[in-house]
Amino acid sequence: MTRAVAGAGIRRPPLRHPLRLAAALAVAALTLLPLGYVVAGVVAAGPEGVVALVWRPRVGELLRNTVTLVLLGTTACVVLGTGAAWLVERTSLPGRALWTGLMAAPLAVPAFVNSVGWYALFPGFDGLDAAVAVTTLSYFPLVYLPVAAVLRGIDPAFEELGRSLGLGPWRVVARVVLPQLRPALLGGALLVGLHLLAEFGALQSLRFDTFTTAIYDQFQSTFDGAGATMLAGVLVLLCLLLLAGEAGLAGRARISRVGSGVARRAAPHRLGAATLPAVIALSALAVAALGVPLVSLASWLVTSTSTAFPLAELAGTAATSLGLGALGALATCLLALPVAWLAVRCRGRLAILVERATYIGNSLPGIVVALALITVGIRVVPALYQSTAMLVAAYAVLFMPRAMVSLRAALAQIPPELDDVGRSLGVGPAGVLARVSVPLIARGIGAGGALVFLAVVTELTSTLLLAPIGTETLATRFWSESSELHYGAAAPSALLMIVLSAPAAWLLTRRAAR
Amino acid sequence: MRPARRHLLTAAVAAAVLSLAACGSGATPAAAPSSTPAGTRAADTTLVLYNAQHEEVGKAWADAFTAKTGVKVDIRKGSDFDLANQIIAEGAASPADVFITENSPAMSLVSSRGLFAPVDAATKAQVPAQYSSSKGDWVGVAARSTVFVYNSATLTEAQLPKSIMDLAKPEWKDRFGISPSGADFQAIVSAVYLTQGDAAGAAWLQGIKANAKIYRGNSTIMKAANAGEVPGGVIYHYYWYGDQADGGANSKATKLEFFGNQDPGAFLSVSGGGVLASSKHGAQAQQFLAFMTGAEGQKILSDGKALEYSVGAGVAPNKALKPLAELQAPTVDINALNGPKIVAEMQRVGLL
Repeated sequence: MTRAVAGAGIRRPPLRHPLRLAAALAVAALTLLPLGYVVAGVVAAGPEGVVALVWRPRVGELLRNTVTLVLLGTTACVVLGTGAAWLVERTSLPGRALWTGLMAAPLAVPAFVNSVGWYALFPGFDGLDAAVAVTTLSYFPLVYLPVAAVLRGIDPAFEELGRSLGLGPWRVVARVVLPQLRPALLGGALLVGLHLLAEFGALQSLRFDTFTTAIYDQFQSTFDGAGATMLAGVLVLLCLLLLAGEAGLAGRARISRVGSGVARRAAPHRLGAATLPAVIALSALAVAALGVPLVSLASWLVTSTSTAFPLAELAGTAATSLGLGALGALATCLLALPVAWLAVRCRGRLAILVERATYIGNSLPGIVVALALITVGIRVVPALYQSTAMLVAAYAVLFMPRAMVSLRAALAQIPPELDDVGRSLGVGPAGVLARVSVPLIARGIGAGGALVFLAVVTELTSTLLLAPIGTETLATRFWSESSELHYGAAAPSALLMIVLSAPAAWLLTRRAAR
Repeated sequence: MRPARRHLLTAAVAAAVLSLAACGSGATPAAAPSSTPAGTRAADTTLVLYNAQHEEVGKAWADAFTAKTGVKVDIRKGSDFDLANQIIAEGAASPADVFITENSPAMSLVSSRGLFAPVDAATKAQVPAQYSSSKGDWVGVAARSTVFVYNSATLTEAQLPKSIMDLAKPEWKDRFGISPSGADFQAIVSAVYLTQGDAAGAAWLQGIKANAKIYRGNSTIMKAANAGEVPGGVIYHYYWYGDQADGGANSKATKLEFFGNQDPGAFLSVSGGGVLASSKHGAQAQQFLAFMTGAEGQKILSDGKALEYSVGAGVAPNKALKPLAELQAPTVDINALNGPKIVAEMQRVGLL
């Protein structure tokens, strides 16, 4: 079935689309700036310097910690996200609409708020277990959402066909369902993995050090910028491993479907006596991911004497966050589009390299990305230095993968033949893109944009260093208030971040519910 | 795309552009027409302050300075080393005129690259010499004292360490927290090396590595001590005073021990201020630095809620604090703090 048609899919050489190729290369160049900054630092340190700074016990410890966190955290997100998606989408579990909302909502809670919330209620909650638990609770929706979307959209005819050809129920899952889930699952897992590599906010109070936390530490050391850059170099290598791994596992199977008629809804599996345990499991997940941070915020509001709701200020700050989030989402999706198109439609070595290049910025700590853009920006485009445009470019470098994964998945589901049909009807290549591809992937663009928006609203370091002077966002406000220990004054900013993010999370569930 | 969705998207983008235009016009005075009547040149100048001090401290100084002189001040906030590294990456093109920090090592970093202009002699005279750069390119604007915060239910006064050197002894294993990644703790290590000598310093650091529970950030240590996770920890004084003033939720079960006695654990860390050599408004920038360290600026600090020590112009610190003279801080050359040697030592024992 899916595989048989794959041969008919037409591989197009990228050089036949010079404009799109040029656009994709330009985007890749922008997102590679931080890598260039790291490489320049490594070269400047010289081979001896590199060995002295990298070959020491502390780096081994960080390597072990980082790899363990990425492996355990990603696995936990895959298991929880897929399990929850299956329960919600493919079983008789009552209250599907409610669960859909609750499983996406953790994306609206910034990871550092979640972390601080857990630590406040459970002091002593630290180390590897805590780091895995908190990051999983924050990021499992990145797997849940794409998997739920695919599970809901799968044509049950494929599974029935598998059964009729003699496969048992588990083999149907392994040979029919999983291959269809694979792009969504891997895309989600890749996003989680990249986030874990670059995570700082959620880990800073959990007594668990990774390369990223160590890089921040090195920047706190007066004369050790070189040490920080070296660690960032090792981090880039880990990121490349992750990217190669995902590309290797992704495969080339065609998953788009052409044909008359519409896929039926699959009949839900009857949970029967398992309904109660399933409801309890999902409720526990929701309480852990949403209840704990919200209760903590509420307790700050009650116990702190600095609690205040300066409405005008908060409204202005929220509007800035909203505006930057929307601009960041728009720009990132726009930049991701040519790269995603190239990666899906002209899949070859060059296309894969270009697409992978855009993921690296996301795995580096915000401070490294910001310093790279400062170093280049102030010299190359001084007029744009510390302008909104430059800040938005930083967001695009940092969060491109969130858009890329969504766009790529959406493009993969459109039969390439539709492009040909458009061309054969006399529409030019740009017209096909604008009138056929983009409308068909609108939901994908919406999903990618929503994911980028969620990330921009909580971004701190680049916003502090690159925003036009005087810009205050909810994240920078939360940072100042909480670092001055005014938790009551900080809580409204955190709550507003959650409120602003809720519509984006809701938009993501709309995609899942298609 | 359904029409409703299209409108939603259009509305969202329009709102985004509008809100940015609104905040942009308020935020970039360079682009906005000056509303002040044509008067002195000072009134047309806008200084850029890179503020790594507490937001409220930098803002209070800037507002009072603008009220007094008409010189406007735009503020970029960030942490010590974020902004110091930013200034270095910006180099001669830096938009910053004045830089103030929480601790002196970030000032030393910028100073080591020769990016500060010499401070006016009159300004230097307002601040005791031990709180300023020996190169004369930055001055102290505030100070904070090292303290031992402890859970008063777990530790009695008799059980407290008499000196920060005691914490390297075996009986303190896993019984106190430190935040070695912060510039603060690195400054304390520097103070130990400077006052006790290299050999004793190295032995002490090894003991600390073996004994201490590692946290990130002073407030995390205080919360852990408050919750009884760890009996005590090394922090700066104002975290505790600040939390007490904010309802005490994170410090109500704790007390502070000041080591005093010229102990390296009584180390006083200096917040610095300097004028960038690349500033295009050098005269007004020097005037601003003079204002911060002068009687008016220091009084704003000691009357404010930051609860840091004022250091200049004979202004007494906030009354809630233990008086500066009673702290008996060790004499330490703040220009020699957190040098490459200290960082290398901390890397050697595995604390960094």
